[in-house]
Amino acid sequence: MVRVDGRGLSNSLIQVRGLDKKYRRGSEEIDVLQGLNLDVDAGDFVAFMGPSGSGKTTLLNLLGGLDVPSKGSITVAGDEITHMSGGKLTAWRARHVGFIFQMYNLIPVLTAAQNVELPLLLTKLSKADRRQHVESALQIVGLGDRMDHFPNQLSGGQEQRVGIARAIVADPTFLLCDEPTGDLDRKSADEVMTLLERLVSEHKKTVLLVTHDPLAAERAQTTLHLNKGVLVEGKAAEGVTS
Amino acid sequence: MKYARLVLSNLFRKKIRTTLTVGSFAVALFLFGLLAVVRGAFNQGLEVAGADRLVVVNKVSIIQPLPISYKERLAQVPGVKQVTHANWFGGVYQDERNFFPQFAIDEDSYHQMFPEFIVSNDQWKAWLDDREGAIVGDDLVKRFGWKIGDRVPIKGTIFPGTWEFNLRGIYHGTRPADDTTQFWFHYKFLEERENAYWKGLIGWYTIRIDDPDNAVRVAKAVDDMFANSPWETKTDTEKSFAAGFVKQAGNIGLIIMSIGAVVFFTLLLVTGNTMAIAVRERTRELAVLKAVGFSDRFVLFLVLFESLAVAIIGGGLGLLLAKLMTLRGDPTKGMLPFFYLPPQAIMLGVLAALAVGIAAGIFPALSAMRLRVADALRRI
Repeated sequence: MVRVDGRGLSNSLIQVRGLDKKYRRGSEEIDVLQGLNLDVDAGDFVAFMGPSGSGKTTLLNLLGGLDVPSKGSITVAGDEITHMSGGKLTAWRARHVGFIFQMYNLIPVLTAAQNVELPLLLTKLSKADRRQHVESALQIVGLGDRMDHFPNQLSGGQEQRVGIARAIVADPTFLLCDEPTGDLDRKSADEVMTLLERLVSEHKKTVLLVTHDPLAAERAQTTLHLNKGVLVEGKAAEGVTS
Repeated sequence: MKYARLVLSNLFRKKIRTTLTVGSFAVALFLFGLLAVVRGAFNQGLEVAGADRLVVVNKVSIIQPLPISYKERLAQVPGVKQVTHANWFGGVYQDERNFFPQFAIDEDSYHQMFPEFIVSNDQWKAWLDDREGAIVGDDLVKRFGWKIGDRVPIKGTIFPGTWEFNLRGIYHGTRPADDTTQFWFHYKFLEERENAYWKGLIGWYTIRIDDPDNAVRVAKAVDDMFANSPWETKTDTEKSFAAGFVKQAGNIGLIIMSIGAVVFFTLLLVTGNTMAIAVRERTRELAVLKAVGFSDRFVLFLVLFESLAVAIIGGGLGLLLAKLMTLRGDPTKGMLPFFYLPPQAIMLGVLAALAVGIAAGIFPALSAMRLRVADALRRI
């Protein structure tokens, strides 16, 4: 269950408490996030919406260990990541986070299978085991027959599905998706959202999604809006535009 | 090994750019190889100088002669085992472009003094029997297409007139750096023909000593012996003597070093710029690698390896071409005493290529290492 009041259970998968993030632009200090609280349980599918500059991406960066907060704490599966060193945070990301990007960010000189294999190179799996994991991940996203295709031989929707396969191949604790449908046509966007739904329902993944697309957000179990640096739940957020 | 695909794939990302950068290294190292050959040719005397040989010249100048009567006295200096002498002839074959060193040598002792030059016994004997005979190095024979029995006219520049010699023998070197472009003939022939001016005079002596550690003592003893005489001497090791000759042609080492430094500096700029562009183009990809868990250090080595791979492939290719060129033979047709790319120069070239590869790649690699993922992706 998703909560934003800071009173979630201590065994939540993701627990955010009093999160502040300030940026300095010249002499001006900008408060992006202010005392933000969030609890997400395993298997939740949460969409974050909000106007541009509201801090959605900043929040995802913080949850993914790509940025450090000015104040507050983030605990994921019992690990408090806010005080981890750079090296530890990198290793933590490899184990716990699957990233799905708007622009797919596949490496153009590697095949679909080689792109998907990237996170597994950091594990101790044998070549045969890695191959097996890659095949499974690509089967899940429906691209088992495109393993040896290069990104420029795939459509945008297929590229994004390869990106999703790369995100899930190492079986991370949760997935962070930044506008995964932002660069796709409606049909491909629906396919991607259906795939994310399946990952939650069939594979018990936890998915946190940032989107501007209300249709995409509707597919999530919970929609949260970022307003003035804090999160408010979907239905209580009247007047907040996406 | 599991990272090989990821690492190598970057090399083939921009094939034309990689080819051009590899080509820059190949051209630079090819040039380096040729410069090393030329430098080696000039310093050849230093490399092959015998540690136990001293050269005795006139104290005033090397072009001033010494009396032949010194030979017996030199042989009696404690520590001296052998003595021979030679004269610089300074002639040309057919025209001035065909210059090579000609020495009027002492037939009784010269061969024993320089055992690194091999002449068959038959040819040596044939030469001894012919006062107008000559023995020449195999490179010189190749240069002019001579053969045993040929009559070779040499136009004297110091000793006037045309001197005709019968080619009686060909000598070979035992080491790659041995000079096989020399032309030897009988000192007695020179003395006979230049009786009026050159009787009893030689150009310089070479002496062999019993122990290289005694070189300083023996040299001093020789020079002291002839001090205050009309023909004072200056004795030095063969290596110092050869170095003096090289200096007469200018500071060849400095010239070659200067050219090499400019070439490598230009290469550094070209490759550094290429690597900086390559990293800038891949900012998002590098950020993604970091996001999925690759360490900063891995990203550093990824970029550095790319730079080093270009350096090694291009540098290796250039050095290989330079080596193949030397193996094909001397394109100067014997103008240089030898045309050889020694293993030390190849090793130095590889090290230089590696150094440029590291220097060109280190700053882009460091900037890739320091890349902040959140900034690079703008949005995750």
